[in-house]
Amino acid sequence: MSPGILNILIGVAMGLNLIALASSRLPSLIRAMSLQGVVLGMMPLFMGHESLDWRVAAVAVATMVGKGVIIPSLLRRAMRAANIEREIEPFLGYVPSMMVGAGGTIAAVALARALPLLPEHAETLLVPGAIASILTGFILLIGRVKAISQVCGYLILENGIYLFGLLLIHSTPLLVESGILLDVTVGVFVIGIIVDRIQRAFDSLDTRKLTTLRE
Amino acid sequence: MISLLLIIVPLVGAVIAAAWPDNRTRPWLLPAFGLVHVVVSFWLFVAPPEVAPGAWIGFDALARAVLPVVSLLFLICAAYGVSYLRIRSERPNRAFVSLLLAILGLLSAGHQARHLGILWITTEAVTLATVPLLHFNGTPRAFEATWKFLLVGGTGIALSLLGSFCLGYASLHGGGEGDLTFAALTAQGAGLSRPWVLAAWLLLLVGYGTKMGIAPMHTWKPDAYGEAPSIVGAILAGGVTTVAFTAILRVRAVVGAAGEGAVADRTLLVIGSFSMLVAALFLLGTRDFKRMLAYSSVEHMGILSFGAALGGAGVAAALFHVWSNGLTKGALFLSAGNIRRAAGSPSMDDVRGMSVVTPRSAAIFVAGMFAVTALPPFGPFFSELQVVRAALAGGHTAATAIFLGCLLLAFFGMTRVVFGIVDGRPRPSTRLNGKRFAETAGVIAPPLLLLGLSLWLGLFTPAILREAWSAAVVMLYPNP
Repeated sequence: MSPGILNILIGVAMGLNLIALASSRLPSLIRAMSLQGVVLGMMPLFMGHESLDWRVAAVAVATMVGKGVIIPSLLRRAMRAANIEREIEPFLGYVPSMMVGAGGTIAAVALARALPLLPEHAETLLVPGAIASILTGFILLIGRVKAISQVCGYLILENGIYLFGLLLIHSTPLLVESGILLDVTVGVFVIGIIVDRIQRAFDSLDTRKLTTLRE
Repeated sequence: MISLLLIIVPLVGAVIAAAWPDNRTRPWLLPAFGLVHVVVSFWLFVAPPEVAPGAWIGFDALARAVLPVVSLLFLICAAYGVSYLRIRSERPNRAFVSLLLAILGLLSAGHQARHLGILWITTEAVTLATVPLLHFNGTPRAFEATWKFLLVGGTGIALSLLGSFCLGYASLHGGGEGDLTFAALTAQGAGLSRPWVLAAWLLLLVGYGTKMGIAPMHTWKPDAYGEAPSIVGAILAGGVTTVAFTAILRVRAVVGAAGEGAVADRTLLVIGSFSMLVAALFLLGTRDFKRMLAYSSVEHMGILSFGAALGGAGVAAALFHVWSNGLTKGALFLSAGNIRRAAGSPSMDDVRGMSVVTPRSAAIFVAGMFAVTALPPFGPFFSELQVVRAALAGGHTAATAIFLGCLLLAFFGMTRVVFGIVDGRPRPSTRLNGKRFAETAGVIAPPLLLLGLSLWLGLFTPAILREAWSAAVVMLYPNP
């Protein structure tokens, strides 16, 4: 375990959370999210005890390709098809959402101190990083109105859960890891199709227009 | 290994359906594979196989207590599907047929999952496979419903993954291996780290509760059930929700083994009563008869959660209710589909006099409504009676009062909508539209059969079924 490098990577991922919250242009939001995916994918490589396990390497490569290449390219295609570049009027502005995100990150570090953790995990930033990313994901899900931004929020939420899952990396079998990753990728694929259909049916990707169904 | 057939056969069917060239004959694959599934699942039901304790997938007592009814419901809905897809022959049904079969296979895997990771993967896959079925009609309303289903359901399922990891960490922190099989977690029991077990319970309850549709995580349900084809609604309400319920039961057993069973039961009781209350209030207000079925489903998921909170007797009653509710809801959804097609609208503002336009479907719909609001001698009456008995035996007098009050309100709400659309003189346009959709045997027999099964379940509950439910209770509560 080399907490030094691992903590630097988690720090980068937490910084990318704030960049995602501050991005008004969709391409930069997608870039922040995919970069975070690549950083996350590298982490298992620095968590091995002595020698590198091939299964851990396989998870790392699959994560980097899935989160860093496949998912972002699916989203970019949906974005081009819908012909939108930026979020015009978010529910929650960029500066306020960044303030909430930064405050949440500090709170996450404080909260993680209070949680009962094994000594080898207490010295890493895994748990605070996970909490901060989950919070960022929720802010994007609630605070943005364009469907693609909400999908990015959902993926950052997933990234946070992945960070938490790294605590268990030496006990979770590869089959489960890859099944989870496959599900997430297929999920984004399905979401991409729906985004495309919503664009065609409503001629917009503004989720505020999805208000026909109510009591 | 026969139990793996339950998973493999429908998935093979899904592949065949995807490759099948003819749009007109493809729907027949649904009942064909459904029949094989029913035969295998009832065979396993009568002669349950030995399950290795550490197995990741197996036809254990809980799967045996629930999976056959899912299989039966699927077969009857599949038979309806043949007629339904003939009526909708203008739409390509390749994805529809293929994904329905895939859902059957994944549901079988989810019900038999004895590993938290496998359980999560199958539940998420079922959610994703449902998506194209929800927007089969291709209307803007259907896409809106699908989007809400994806966002709410996706977030719920993400939280349940986080909960699964928390439970794994509870094992690791308690000195265990972090093995995510339910058997290993239960065996570690009091050795699990308590704070992490409680965090996991909360997240898994919210996560799988979203999938199950208990309030306040039910918001996707009215939209999805309102816009999806009724056959999809029937399978969602009777099959997909039950896999989430058995997931909660399995996790509850682990939490009980860790010594926090009392906390878990209290949360289940509160969330169950709250679901019933929310559903009853919305039932009093809704004017759309397909959304009404969704709120009724929220109510019955509340009853399941309420029953699960009451210990062994309550869980047995809840498993009984899974059967009676699944079959009755199926009859309601399928007959509602017939009425909706002929009426051209789901709202009681536009629809009336359906007893004239679609007399048979209207009769099944009314009878099904009485069945689901617990009129004897249908199945739901007896299962709900058992829940009430378990609650009174456990000394939950106040909760029982809330339970009965909500049932009464739900009854008022549902009769208001159902008689609103059945009674009166139909509009001329409805009459004309109704002539286009004749009530053939293909669309009447399946809901009638489901209603008959619900009646049979209430009158002559077979001893082997009761034995299967008690066996599942013994599995979940090894030392009462």
